Amino acid sequence: MEATTILPLSLDQLPEERWATVTDVAMPADSADRVLVLRLLELGFVPGEQVRVVREGRQNGGPLAVRVGHTTFALRPHEAAFIHVTPAS
Amino acid sequence: MASSSARPDRIALLGNPNCGKTALFNLLTGSRQKVANYAGVTVERKEGVLITPSGHRVTVLDLPGAYSLNAVSTDEAVTRDVITGHSREALPDLLVCVTDATNLRLHLRLVLEARRLGLPLVVALNKMDRARQLGITIDRERLSRELNLPVVETVSVHAHGADALRALLDEPVSPGAPSGWSAPGFEQVMATQRDVQRIYRAVVTEPAVDRDPSDRMDRFLMHPVWGFAVLALVLFATFLAVFSGGDVLTGLIEDAFGVLAEAVSTRMADGPLRGLLVEGVIGGVGGVIVFLPQILILFLIILALESSGYLPRAAFLLDRPMSAAGLSGRSFIPLLSSFACAIPGIMATRTISHWRDRLTTILIAPLMACSARIPVYTLLVAALFPDDAFAGALVMVGLYLLGIVAAMTVAWVIKRTDKERQRSPLMMELPAYQWPDLRSLAIGLWDRAMIFLRRVGTIILALTIVMWALYTIPSPRRTTEATPIARSLAGELGHALHYVFAPIGFNEEISIALVPGMAAREVVVSALGTAYAMEGDEGEVDAQLRERITDEWPLATKLSLLLWMVFAPQCLSTFVVVKRETGSWKQMWIMGGYLFGLAYLASLITYHLTNFLTAA
Repeated sequence: MEATTILPLSLDQLPEERWATVTDVAMPADSADRVLVLRLLELGFVPGEQVRVVREGRQNGGPLAVRVGHTTFALRPHEAAFIHVTPAS
Repeated sequence: MASSSARPDRIALLGNPNCGKTALFNLLTGSRQKVANYAGVTVERKEGVLITPSGHRVTVLDLPGAYSLNAVSTDEAVTRDVITGHSREALPDLLVCVTDATNLRLHLRLVLEARRLGLPLVVALNKMDRARQLGITIDRERLSRELNLPVVETVSVHAHGADALRALLDEPVSPGAPSGWSAPGFEQVMATQRDVQRIYRAVVTEPAVDRDPSDRMDRFLMHPVWGFAVLALVLFATFLAVFSGGDVLTGLIEDAFGVLAEAVSTRMADGPLRGLLVEGVIGGVGGVIVFLPQILILFLIILALESSGYLPRAAFLLDRPMSAAGLSGRSFIPLLSSFACAIPGIMATRTISHWRDRLTTILIAPLMACSARIPVYTLLVAALFPDDAFAGALVMVGLYLLGIVAAMTVAWVIKRTDKERQRSPLMMELPAYQWPDLRSLAIGLWDRAMIFLRRVGTIILALTIVMWALYTIPSPRRTTEATPIARSLAGELGHALHYVFAPIGFNEEISIALVPGMAAREVVVSALGTAYAMEGDEGEVDAQLRERITDEWPLATKLSLLLWMVFAPQCLSTFVVVKRETGSWKQMWIMGGYLFGLAYLASLITYHLTNFLTAA
């Protein structure tokens, strides 16, 4: 059986405990958001990196603990939403 | 150019937060450190001296941790300004970029960024012991070639872990050619990251693991149910340790000061000088130093939890509840420190990048029940429930909770008045768990003890003497009063203040005692003793005072003062720190004003409501 095609999604929608690859990081128009996204890039959320959500409390608007490389970052959902990922099959 | 090369005299340590930089700094400089002020963990600017193998003395500056020179927090801005020559600080002769060998993917980027500054630079691969345990190998020579920089390995938790770095500092360095710095844009950030990825792949070999050890702990400690259970347990154990452990040590200190007062009393002739020494200096200073154990126990626990990596997880768990009040989880650590003392708490807000969040945290930090409130709470609660320890303990817990609820409410109100309503960022690293480094714990604790004692030795000592003088010098206008205190200048001051405080049920003695309370809240207790002209050592005064308050003060007054202590803007040092950290007199007065308003209102309502209810 062929694996179904996996569509890219934003990091805040990635299920817990599932590895994914960063495909793209959205560059927003708003200047405050640009600062935020630039920092996300500097912290290592760049295309090609493997990420995984370790823990999340997003069903009630809580933050996500996201692992990238050997580091875990706590991100709020609106921060994670700038990062687009493709889940590993 | 060999002639212009020289051994470095001044170096600076640059590195990401959590790279083990502070532990390395402590290893390099040992006790030869100067801390300008209260130190949050790597928040304050610290300088020390190290000795190279050939005996050369080198000044070491420990820069605040920074992920990037493209600063988003005050901490990072300080670091950027120092190493780009935009501060009063002279440029260092050599920059040591400290990296975590277990997390080179993240930390290598700062090395590349720092390399562009044109300053002489060496790279320290720190935590090499841990990297080997994890099976990570780093081709140090290849890394050195790729970067065109010297690279040394360090282990900041081993006594000889920095020997290679020390030896390197005996080598001459050519002076750099500092080039200007400008904030990188999107393209440049991406280009740097591609370089990092390339170099990382070339020099680092690591076993393919699905989970780091920290992930397993995170699954449990950040669990929506178990995580909160563990957090509640940790907080409960912390406060238990502060109260029970503090009690034992506090008793010892009280005894020591009693013996000292006794010794001075018996060896000196009666007179004003003996009065000043025994009642003013020994009584006043001793009354404050007794809180040192409680403050230190709380700080020890906070330092240990912070360096183990647990506190950021607690902040993660609390982010959602705190965002309801308009704060983020980042405010948790500063607010927790404020239970020891608001001052280090306010200083710890420097890591909050969002100004609005930081300001809100600063403004509400004084509402956390700092340890200086404990003696006043204890005295009043004991007077309210002389025979019921359980009810007393419940009221104590209630007072702590009241402070927290008030703080969250104030934060919520501030958020409502914010017209911009920006979403505040969290973006916080959850560093790998580790055992706390004992040397750094000891140094951190020592720093805090010294800062506390310096405060006691200066401002509190001076105010104690001033107060003693006010109590001793008779006022020319009040010669007909009954007691010596009432005839003194302090009596006159209390009489004047009484006009302000009578509506909330405070008598003249309380009004007088609140004045030295501005130096430190805990002084209120000994000042009340003085105002009632009580004599004897601390324990005796305490007992007499308790009796007097139980018998003489109306219930409404006791409750009113208790509420006052929850909210009142107190301790001048807090004002000073708020002014310095916000750089604004306006914010300082806003804090003082709203706290005074809350305190007065709460006491007013409590006083009149109690009177109304007890009369009915």
